[in-house]
Amino acid sequence: MKALVSVKRVVDYNVRIQVKSDGSGVVTDGVKHSMNPFDEIAMEEAVRLKEKGKVTEIVAVTIGGAKNEETLRTALAFGADRAIHVKEEGEVQPLTAAKAFAAVLKKEEAKLFLAGKQAIDDDANQTGQMVAALLDIAQATFASKVEIDGDKATVTREIDAGLETLEVDLPAVITTDLRLNEPRYLKLPDIMKAKKKPIEAVSFADLGVTPAAGLKTTKTVPPPARSKGIMVKTTDELVEALKSKGLL
Amino acid sequence: MSKILIVAEHAEGKLNGGVAKTVAAAKGVGGEIHVAVFAADAAAVAEQAAKLDGVTKVLAVNNAANANPVAAVLAPQIVEVASGGYTHVFVPGTTFGKDLAPRIAAKLDVQQVSDVMAVHGPNSFDRPIYAGNAITTVETPAGTVVATVRLASFQAVGAGGSASVETVSVGAAVPTHTRYVKLEAQKSERPDLQSAARVVSGGRALGSSENFKVIFDFADKIGAGVGASRAAVDSGYVPNDMQVGQTGKIIAPELYFAVGISGAIQHLAGIKDARTIVAINKDPEAPIFEVADIGLVGDLFQVVPELTGKV
Amino acid sequence: MSVERDVMEYDVVVVGAGPSGLSTACRLKQLAEAAGKELSVCVVEKGSEVGAHILSGAVFEPRALNELFPDWKERGAPLNVPVSGDDIYFFRSETAAFKMPHLFVPKTMHNDGNYIISLANLCRWLGQQAEGMGVEIYPGFAAQTAIIEDGVVKGITVGDMGVNREGEHKPDFTPGMELRAKYTVFAEGCRGHIGKQLIAQYALAQDADPQHYAIGIKEIWTVPESQHKPGLVVHGAGWPLDLTGTSALGGSFLYHFENNQVLVGLIVDLSYTNPHLSPFDEFQRFKHHPVIKQYLDGGTRTSYGARAICKGGFNSLPKSVFPGGMLVGCDLGTMNFAKIKGNHTAMKSGMLAAEAIAEALLAGGEGGDTLDSYPAKFKASWLYDELYRSRNFGPLLHKFGALVGGALNYIEQNWFGGKFPFTVHDLKPDHATLKLASASSKITYPKPDGKLSFDKLSSVFLSSTNHEEDQPVHLTLKDADIPIAKNLPMYDEPAQRYCPAGVYEVVDEGSGPRFQINAQNCVHCKTCDIKDPAQNINWVAPEGGGGPNYANM
Ligand SMILES: Cc1cc2nc3c(=O)[nH]c(=O)nc-3n(C[C@H](O)[C@H](O)[C@H](O)COP(=O)(O)OP(=O)(O)OC[C@H]3O[C@@H](n4cnc5c(N)ncnc54)[C@H](O)[C@@H]3O)c2cc1C
Ligand SMILES: Cc1cc2nc3c(=O)[nH]c(=O)nc-3n(C[C@H](O)[C@H](O)[C@H](O)COP(=O)(O)OP(=O)(O)OC[C@H]3O[C@@H](n4cnc5c(N)ncnc54)[C@H](O)[C@@H]3O)c2cc1C
Ligand code: SF4
Repeated sequence: MKALVSVKRVVDYNVRIQVKSDGSGVVTDGVKHSMNPFDEIAMEEAVRLKEKGKVTEIVAVTIGGAKNEETLRTALAFGADRAIHVKEEGEVQPLTAAKAFAAVLKKEEAKLFLAGKQAIDDDANQTGQMVAALLDIAQATFASKVEIDGDKATVTREIDAGLETLEVDLPAVITTDLRLNEPRYLKLPDIMKAKKKPIEAVSFADLGVTPAAGLKTTKTVPPPARSKGIMVKTTDELVEALKSKGLL
Repeated sequence: MSKILIVAEHAEGKLNGGVAKTVAAAKGVGGEIHVAVFAADAAAVAEQAAKLDGVTKVLAVNNAANANPVAAVLAPQIVEVASGGYTHVFVPGTTFGKDLAPRIAAKLDVQQVSDVMAVHGPNSFDRPIYAGNAITTVETPAGTVVATVRLASFQAVGAGGSASVETVSVGAAVPTHTRYVKLEAQKSERPDLQSAARVVSGGRALGSSENFKVIFDFADKIGAGVGASRAAVDSGYVPNDMQVGQTGKIIAPELYFAVGISGAIQHLAGIKDARTIVAINKDPEAPIFEVADIGLVGDLFQVVPELTGKV
Repeated sequence: MSVERDVMEYDVVVVGAGPSGLSTACRLKQLAEAAGKELSVCVVEKGSEVGAHILSGAVFEPRALNELFPDWKERGAPLNVPVSGDDIYFFRSETAAFKMPHLFVPKTMHNDGNYIISLANLCRWLGQQAEGMGVEIYPGFAAQTAIIEDGVVKGITVGDMGVNREGEHKPDFTPGMELRAKYTVFAEGCRGHIGKQLIAQYALAQDADPQHYAIGIKEIWTVPESQHKPGLVVHGAGWPLDLTGTSALGGSFLYHFENNQVLVGLIVDLSYTNPHLSPFDEFQRFKHHPVIKQYLDGGTRTSYGARAICKGGFNSLPKSVFPGGMLVGCDLGTMNFAKIKGNHTAMKSGMLAAEAIAEALLAGGEGGDTLDSYPAKFKASWLYDELYRSRNFGPLLHKFGALVGGALNYIEQNWFGGKFPFTVHDLKPDHATLKLASASSKITYPKPDGKLSFDKLSSVFLSSTNHEEDQPVHLTLKDADIPIAKNLPMYDEPAQRYCPAGVYEVVDEGSGPRFQINAQNCVHCKTCDIKDPAQNINWVAPEGGGGPNYANM
């Protein structure tokens, strides 16, 4: 069984985000980028499924400019067998990305589409679900446990009410949550080998994808700073203040 | 004029509290607000939804397939309802809504807006990116607006309304590729730090694991989860998974108590979305007071037990 | 615990992707290509990417770059802001300053033809050039130890991943690889932790003066356009440090960079004597001086970082070669302190090392020997001449203070062309200069105002530093009792103050003082390794990828 894993290049989670003073966006030039952490979890899960003999081939796919090659190299070092680079400069919004992934999934006849539940840059949390919708296949988001059995998968999902279990027919989309696994360290020899593996490049046109009309961002600002509230002198006053706010 | 469809989240016959907040967001858009309840038997929930201020109509969709909320099953039905002239589809920004909304949007061939935190008009919204470290204003293109609503940003509307309830039948075929198996509610004596509505955290000032008892006692009294600063974790007072902050858990409770915590920026990074922050610290100059909604200067070993006795 | 390690062999392994290491790698590839031969070159870098741990001023003298890539302009090197003006101030008090007439500025401090750059961005560019020529660069991997067999350096071992705080293997334990080479080039920058071991093991410094250091703390500000003067360079000496005394020396810089950015920093000599001194707090209060404030007021601070500087110069240069390897750049000590410039000299030293190595290997050499042709090339180059002329600069300042020492330097540099007929030595190492706390006056620093000055932890936040928490502490103590038993009573444990990242704390939870090491905060400046009066702190590389994530420092 073939698994397709989408990987996105994002500003590294350790980097302090700076909003440009002219409100035109967030500073991304010259700051460290890395693979979206939720996608790392998806890669790790794919590799574990392969180690368990459930998956036979892992194909990593990314959409973006030339620099995204780094992210695919990371995926190859993780254990992807092949990598596909959908070359597209500029911003790609979830619906467009989903159309491209759906096209690749179809072309590759993959049974499993693994993706992070969200990318930590736009925090959209949409792409996996959209891929499933476009192909009319099952989805299991926020996965914290995945078991594959023949042409079915049993997925435990971390939802607000607790842990929900779904059974889905394959092909299906699974998006990963934090507790699904802990991604392994990349080994230097694997990184060395990954440098030499070929990467297939395709374009939206090759995939027959026309970008969907996108949301237009008109302004980006830093979040409002918290300000100093009131000071109370005694615990009685504190209890009083909390009660008046309806908090106790 | 806008016509807004809100998808009701519910469980065991109860309307989810997030729906009232989603209605608040919809009121910002203006126009007609309809709530659709998809269930095996939608009557009870529909009745609750009808009471929400601002709701003009409730649609009840009964179908045995809707016994449990499965996005793949709900989406085609919602798409069918939404095609009845709706300009907007709003869903609460819970795991239910986040799972569902993109499935609707893709079917309607529109981009979706995630985590709406402010409404500027029918087509202009604020939403957070980079874990809330930046806020963007976005404009939606032509077509239906599908959005999830960030619940922490809206105050629930009141329940003094009386909208009409209409039972509608939906013909859309629902898929069978996704089957609900079970739901296990997570049970523990103390609420989970990550999802608790109230959290009490202790810092280095506690001095030892034994002393942390004052924190636990107070937390248990008010039904709160318990967190800690890195300094408290590093000193071994409490385990690592209780750390709140940049490298610990990032939480957004309604009420947060920072007890004996100085308020370093790395700690604050974990609570920037907390609704109300209460600080108890003996140093009136502690940076935590610059961001606390309510501050009390005092010795925690005196203040906290006193508080436990009073709440 | 013995573990099975993967091994990879290269012709040359370079430790550190700074200007020196990357210049070595580029030069090697150029020479191999010119000879129509292959040389395999690998660079390891402990930062999460090339540039992540790079911090410099920087006013950049393009001399070495012109030699390495004469067509750097066409290749798009990030040298965009030529120096347009040079101001030098003597700060006499927190409000008073004296601007030095241009006529009296020592020649070495003139900056015509130089550029204001981000060294991190230059390194990223150099990294691209290197990779374009086939150099393999592995960021996120720290060299932990040198492999030494029969007295010959055979390469390095990369740090292990997945070891917990207690030193036990976690489930995802991944042993570090051995990278073996015919020659290994150490380009770790100032106070390289392997370089330090090699200097000791091969007694490389036995004929040199002790190395001298400073800590440089730097911030990047975005300022209102009306206050921005692209290309303006402002240097200063004096307040808040000493102008006439010698107990706390140093200087300041403020460079007007591109996009309304101002780069501001304070360099504090680690020969300071008062254990109560806090370089971080000196820098914070320094920004309130009217000369500095006029540029920063109303701006926002976007980055913060710190790094030690080797300033011993010529007199402190150790021997640069040993069997199988060599030191280049600040790992060796090639900074020219008279100019406060070490980038062009670091690059040049790397290029000279590359030339020596290429000569040997392309002639069929097997490596492993002591390449004396490197120091010979060094001696014949402009680099030697430049460092020789500046040899008295630091010692004169140490002996006579900024004002008188500065005047003597003016005389030497401008009238004698850097060639006083004598050499001034400075033999006291920086860790031995502290006076007892009881004999030193306490310093009370003003509370930060949150506009121009800030506290330490919110500063560290802007370095984007982080380390996986569950790993061995990389600030190792030879004797765990010294901080509390000796340093605290004698010097009020100065680590609490000299560390610019708040790594060291003395906490008292009622049961007596305890020494707390917040290793996660570390910005890899190496000051603790240098200044600890007991020389008890040994900085070793943490798990690769940890440490600051500087963008354009
Ligand atoms: C990369 C990095 C990541 C970090 N991640 C985190 C993180 O995830 N979470 C986190 O918390 N920190 C984190 N930190 C550490 C952070 O900078 C602070 O050091 C830490 O939060 C301080 O913890 P504290 O407030 O408990 O201790 P302190 O700063 O020591 O403060 C103790 C406070 O208790 C008060 N106090 C003392 N006694 C009493 C008493 N009897 N009654 C009342 N008040 C009293 C004191 O006035 C003081 O304000 C991180 C730092 C870095 C550099
Ligand atoms: C505040 C300040 C201002 C300065 N201003 C100027 C100026 O204006 N002009 C100028 O020319 N010079 C200036 N300098 C000096 C200049 O920055 C240095 O001389 C120069 O950076 C030295 O280059 P290097 O390659 O030797 O070392 P570095 O630049 O320090 O690079 C060393 C690299 O090696 C990596 N490394 C270290 N150890 C290991 C290991 N064990 N394994 C893997 N990787 C490792 C490091 O992460 C780093 O990336 C300034 C320095 C400072 C601190
Ligand atoms: S611990 Fe040492 S190396 Fe790290 S920041 Fe502090 S002084 Fe610098």
